[in-house]
Amino acid sequence: MSEIALRVENLGKQYKIGMPVTRYRTLRDAISEKLTSLQRLHKGADRPNMIWALRDVSFEVRKGQVLGVIGRNGAGKSTLLKILSRVTDPTEGLAEVTGRVGSLLEVGTGFHPELTGRENIFLNGAILGMKNSEIQRRFDEIVAFSEVEQFIDTPVKRYSSGMYLRLAFSVAAHLEPEILIVDEVLAVGDAEFQRKCLGKMSDVAQEGRTVLFVSHNMSAILRLTEEALVIEKGKLVLRARTPQAVDYYLSRGFSQEGQRAWPADEIPADTAPFCPKHIRVRNGQGKVSDSVRSVEPISIEVEYTLQSAITGLRVGIYLMSSRGEYIFTSFDTDEPSLYDRFSVRPAGHYSSRCTIPADYLNEGRFVIGINASSFRVRRYFQDEQALSFTVDPAGAPGMQWPEPRLGPSRPRLNWKIEAV
Amino acid sequence: MISKTDSHTIVLKPPSGWTALNLGDLWRYRELVYFMTWRDLKVRYKQTVLGASWAIVRPFMTMVVFSIFFGNLAKVPSDGLPYPIFSYTALLPWELFATALTVASRSLVLNSNMITKIYFPRIILPISSILGGLVDFLFAFLVLIGMMFYYRVHPSPAIWTLPIFLLLAVISAIGVGLWLSALNVLYRDIGYITPFLTQFWLFITPIAYPASLVPAKYRIFFALNPMTGVVDGFRWALLGNQQSAPNSMWMVSSLIGVVILISGLIYFRRMERQFADMI
Repeated sequence: MSEIALRVENLGKQYKIGMPVTRYRTLRDAISEKLTSLQRLHKGADRPNMIWALRDVSFEVRKGQVLGVIGRNGAGKSTLLKILSRVTDPTEGLAEVTGRVGSLLEVGTGFHPELTGRENIFLNGAILGMKNSEIQRRFDEIVAFSEVEQFIDTPVKRYSSGMYLRLAFSVAAHLEPEILIVDEVLAVGDAEFQRKCLGKMSDVAQEGRTVLFVSHNMSAILRLTEEALVIEKGKLVLRARTPQAVDYYLSRGFSQEGQRAWPADEIPADTAPFCPKHIRVRNGQGKVSDSVRSVEPISIEVEYTLQSAITGLRVGIYLMSSRGEYIFTSFDTDEPSLYDRFSVRPAGHYSSRCTIPADYLNEGRFVIGINASSFRVRRYFQDEQALSFTVDPAGAPGMQWPEPRLGPSRPRLNWKIEAV
Repeated sequence: MISKTDSHTIVLKPPSGWTALNLGDLWRYRELVYFMTWRDLKVRYKQTVLGASWAIVRPFMTMVVFSIFFGNLAKVPSDGLPYPIFSYTALLPWELFATALTVASRSLVLNSNMITKIYFPRIILPISSILGGLVDFLFAFLVLIGMMFYYRVHPSPAIWTLPIFLLLAVISAIGVGLWLSALNVLYRDIGYITPFLTQFWLFITPIAYPASLVPAKYRIFFALNPMTGVVDGFRWALLGNQQSAPNSMWMVSSLIGVVILISGLIYFRRMERQFADMI
C-alpha cells in the first residue's frame, strides 16, 4: 500500500522572461526575434532575465492516493503538471514517476476535424499512448460513453461542440493510466459534462489509481481529495488534509485586510488594454475591511485602467462561498441604462462599485472573483479568487439561537404569525 | 479494470549535455507513427479534389515541362535514354525528398497543440509526415512502369538495388527534415527558407541533366549532395544507365546522407526539450 507512485525532489523550472507566450508568430516577429537572438549572440554574456516558475518542490504520492493541488493562477501548478506529464523538462531536481501517466488536460489533442469520430478515436488513443489492440477492445465502451453512436462515421467538424467534447473526453477517460492528472477539466463543457467528469474521477480514485487533481473548484477538491498541496509563487507552502489546506489557501492566499492590489508583474501579459489595479471590500462605514457585518451593506470596488477604449466591456464579480459554490455573478453594465451609456468605455482610470445589501449573506468566509470581458468577443482578465472576506453575523436574524445556519444567505424575511 | 501496461519508473531530470537518442521510445510509440502518417494521408486525400492523383500529376507535369525545355529545346543530353523517362526516373525520388522537406519543416509547428499538452517522442511528427510521401512515391512509380513499357526500356538486372537508393533518399529526407523542423520552432523564417532551399537543391541535383555532364574533377563536390547519389542510382538500377555505373560518388553521397541523418537526430534531440516552452 505504501508504494510510492510519484516522488518529486527539489523540482524547479526556470523560464526566460520575454519568452514568446503567444502561439502564433508573424514573419515580422520571427525576424525580429532572430535579430535579437543574433544580437544576444554578439553581446555574449548578456543573459536574459530568468524567472523560476517552480522551485524547491518536493513531495511524494503513494500509490492509490488522490492528491489535490491548489494555488492561484500562475502559482506554478501547470508547470508542475507539465513536468510530471513529460511535456517539458525540469531545470533542476528530479521526479520519479512509476507507471503510465495520463492526463485529462489534453482532452481532444490531435483531433482532426476532417476525420470521422471513429478515426479520431483511434488517432487520439494512439496519441495518448494506447495500443491499437487496447483501443479496439474498448472501442464500443468509448463510443457508448460519448453518446455519439449515430455520428461515429461523420467527420467531427460537423459535430456540435458538446459532442466533440464528449467524444474527446471519452477517449481520455478510457486510457486508464496508473497516474491520472486532471487539470481544470471541469472548467470546460456544460454542467452535464462536468458531472460526468467528476463521476469518472471518483471511479478512478476508487479503483485504487493515483490521481493528481488540480482545480479552482474548492468543493470538487474537498469532495474528491483527502490531502492537498498548496502552491504559491512556485513554492510548495503546505501539504495538509484537504479541509485544512483549503482553509489555508482561502484565508492566506489572497486576503490583505480587505483589499488586494495587482503589482505590474502579477498581471498576465495578455490582459491589455485592461489593467486591474485594486479590489476592495468596504464595510457599512465605508472603511476597507477584511471582516464585515452581515447586517450592514457591504460595498465592493474594482479599480482598473484601460490603456485604450474597449467596446462592450463589462467588469463584474463572482461571489463564492469558501466551498467554491457560486452565490451570484453580477456585472457593472447589467443595468440597461448603464449598458447603453458605457457601450464604449474610453481609455482612462475607472472604479466599478457595487453594494451587497444588508442582511443578505450568512456568516462565514466568502470569495470574490473578478471578470472583465466583452461578451463573446474576449475575456480580458479573470481571477476567480481575487479576494476573500469574512462576514460576521452579530445582530443577524436568529442570533438568539447559537447555531450555524445552513446556506450562504441569511436574509431578514418578513415573517407574519397569525392565529387562524 | 486495470489495464496491462508496462509499469516502469521514469526519472524526469534536467537535461544534461548529451542524452541518448532514445530510439527505444520511438519503437514503443511505433503505432503512433503509423497513425500520424495515416492521418496526414487521409486528410490530404479528403481535402483535395484530385486526392491521390496529385502524387502523379506533379512529377508528371514537371517531366513534361523538362522534356520540352531541357530535352527538346536546350538539347540537354540524357545519356542516350529517352529524355522523358530519363527525367521522370529522377523526379520520383526528388518529389519524395522535396515534399518531405516542406511537410517536415512544418510538422512541429502545425502540431504545436500536441507538443504543449502531451508527451510522445517529438520525432514522430517529422518522421510520419515524411513517410506519407512513400505512398505518393508508389503511385508515381506505377506511371514509371507504364512509361518503361511505352519506351520499351527494360529494367536493368540491378533493379534489386532500388530499395537501397530509396532508403538513402528517405534517410536524407529525414535528416534534413529533422534539422528544418527543429529550427522552425526557434525561427519561423524556416517556413520561408524551405521553398527556396528546395528550388536551389533541385538545380544542384542531376535531375534535368545527367551527372556525367559534370566535369570529373568537380564530381566529388557534386556528390556531397546525397540526392546526387540517389538520382544517379535510380537511373542505374531502373534504366540500366551505363553512364552511372556504381562509382565513388555514391559512397560520398551515402556517407553524407548518413551524416545528415545522425546530426539531425542529435540536434533534434537536443532541441526537443525546449519545444514545449518555445513553440
